[in-house]
Amino acid sequence: MTSFVSQRIQELKPSGIRRFFDLASQMENVISLGVGEPDFVTPWNVIEASYHSLEQGYTAYTANAGLIELREEVSKYLKNQYEAVYQPQNEVIITVGASQAIDIALRAVLNPGDEVVVVAPSFVSYAPAVELAGGVPVMLYTDPDDKFKLRPDQLENVITKKTKAIMICSPNNPTGTVLSRDELIAISEVIEKYNLLVLSDEIYAELTYDEEYSSFASLPGVKERTILISGFSKAFAMTGWRLGYAAGPQDIIAAMTKIHQYTIMCAPTMAQYGALEALRNGKKAVQDMKKSYKQRRNFVVKTFNEIGLSCDMPGGAFYVFPSIRETGLSSDEFAEQLLKEEKVAVVPGNVFGENGEGHIRCSYAASLQQLDLALKKIEKFIGKRI
Amino acid sequence: MEKIEVELLSLIENNSNLEIEKIAKMIDRSEEETRELIRKLEEEKAILGYSAVIDWSKVHNYEGVTAMIDVKVQPARGVGFDKVAERIYRFPEVKAVYLMSGAYDLSVSIEARTMLEIGKFVSEKLSVLDSVLSTTTHFVLKKYKHDGIIFDNDNDDKRIVVSP
Repeated sequence: MTSFVSQRIQELKPSGIRRFFDLASQMENVISLGVGEPDFVTPWNVIEASYHSLEQGYTAYTANAGLIELREEVSKYLKNQYEAVYQPQNEVIITVGASQAIDIALRAVLNPGDEVVVVAPSFVSYAPAVELAGGVPVMLYTDPDDKFKLRPDQLENVITKKTKAIMICSPNNPTGTVLSRDELIAISEVIEKYNLLVLSDEIYAELTYDEEYSSFASLPGVKERTILISGFSKAFAMTGWRLGYAAGPQDIIAAMTKIHQYTIMCAPTMAQYGALEALRNGKKAVQDMKKSYKQRRNFVVKTFNEIGLSCDMPGGAFYVFPSIRETGLSSDEFAEQLLKEEKVAVVPGNVFGENGEGHIRCSYAASLQQLDLALKKIEKFIGKRI
Repeated sequence: MEKIEVELLSLIENNSNLEIEKIAKMIDRSEEETRELIRKLEEEKAILGYSAVIDWSKVHNYEGVTAMIDVKVQPARGVGFDKVAERIYRFPEVKAVYLMSGAYDLSVSIEARTMLEIGKFVSEKLSVLDSVLSTTTHFVLKKYKHDGIIFDNDNDDKRIVVSP
């Protein structure tokens, strides 16, 4: 019998992470540096606020775009934290995680065949999300020797008449690279010159350690062409709550809301009440988690360099992306052999784009004891190969 | 106090068992500098000791009894509550003494092997002190959280092994 699955989905490549997840999940007692989420539990006041909302009987739908109180808090937060000014009534939408925001943003703006520049290494969903929206992802491979920074001339080189948008993630998953304000300004000049839209994934913005974070939407003249995407998963340790948001030009947010209304209706109500508490009273918890991530980052980067895997100090997120070239193994081979021999899970760099080859992604959102043990096992593993 | 010293103190407060090598990497200082910082903080008595939080109920034959005793005191001329507080905290079975505002003056935490031992401490050592006017003893039935640490905490990592 022929398959009923659409051709588009049949042609969509499965995520490289999925294959590795299947392999790792068959094994027991694995120390995981493969997890892209905080090891902290959601701050208790947020959980409590969500319980309370249920007790109060807030179990019905909210407005399609989300609770107005939450959109107001998101607006205040973006203004206070990142100098990005948005009207809560019509320039903000609450979504089911940042992933849904990316999906509906692309579907709202792309016509068939429109090209979207995806800055790689990138989160595994970007390119498939472009394809699912009928667009064509154009991979822009940043240079490992330039700390995977996006440079304006590289961007200019991949722009064609069909280019409509560019997707940027800073701090980046998987490299942790942060673009400075000056670097963003230089990139924005190209974006304005070619009249492009920017999908700025700022989900890791709170987790920037060494310099103040700059949002694309705060740059002069750029806000009108930017969709800022973020959420509660990373900074507030709320991954399972599936709550994100997008802020952008009124017509795009209206278009996104239309898709959202016909597909999702609204984000879960109890999660929205939790998020409201997170924004109002969660600052201290975020600062405490951030402090801990920074200490672990320092520990992990220094140890990787000591044991012989060259590793840049990333400015943000909770990943390091050390080079494994010295071992002579591909990133797939390295991750698979490490998993089988030492029961340590890391993610092969090539799943984030071909320039991620020669690297592995290690999350330091794990306890210090686990990080220490994992690094000792990695040292033993590479000792046999270097 | 410098920011780096506060960072070091909070690291040690959360885990006094941390090796110097790890602390040094985490606060981005050399091992030598870190050792020197710790020595200075010990000398200034910002670090008073290094202890572990033990759940003795898990240790066979070591279960004990904890009591919190509210103590009303007649303060002494010139030294206020300090002198009587000292007379109380010098007893080895006393684990903590705090000067309180409100209905009573001193809160005394005591640990012993049996309730009888606590009773003897209160009647024979504490109540007989000249300045002590009255005592009210509360026995701890179960410890849920102590010094910021949750007992019987389900610390299992509930995350999947590999995620995007």
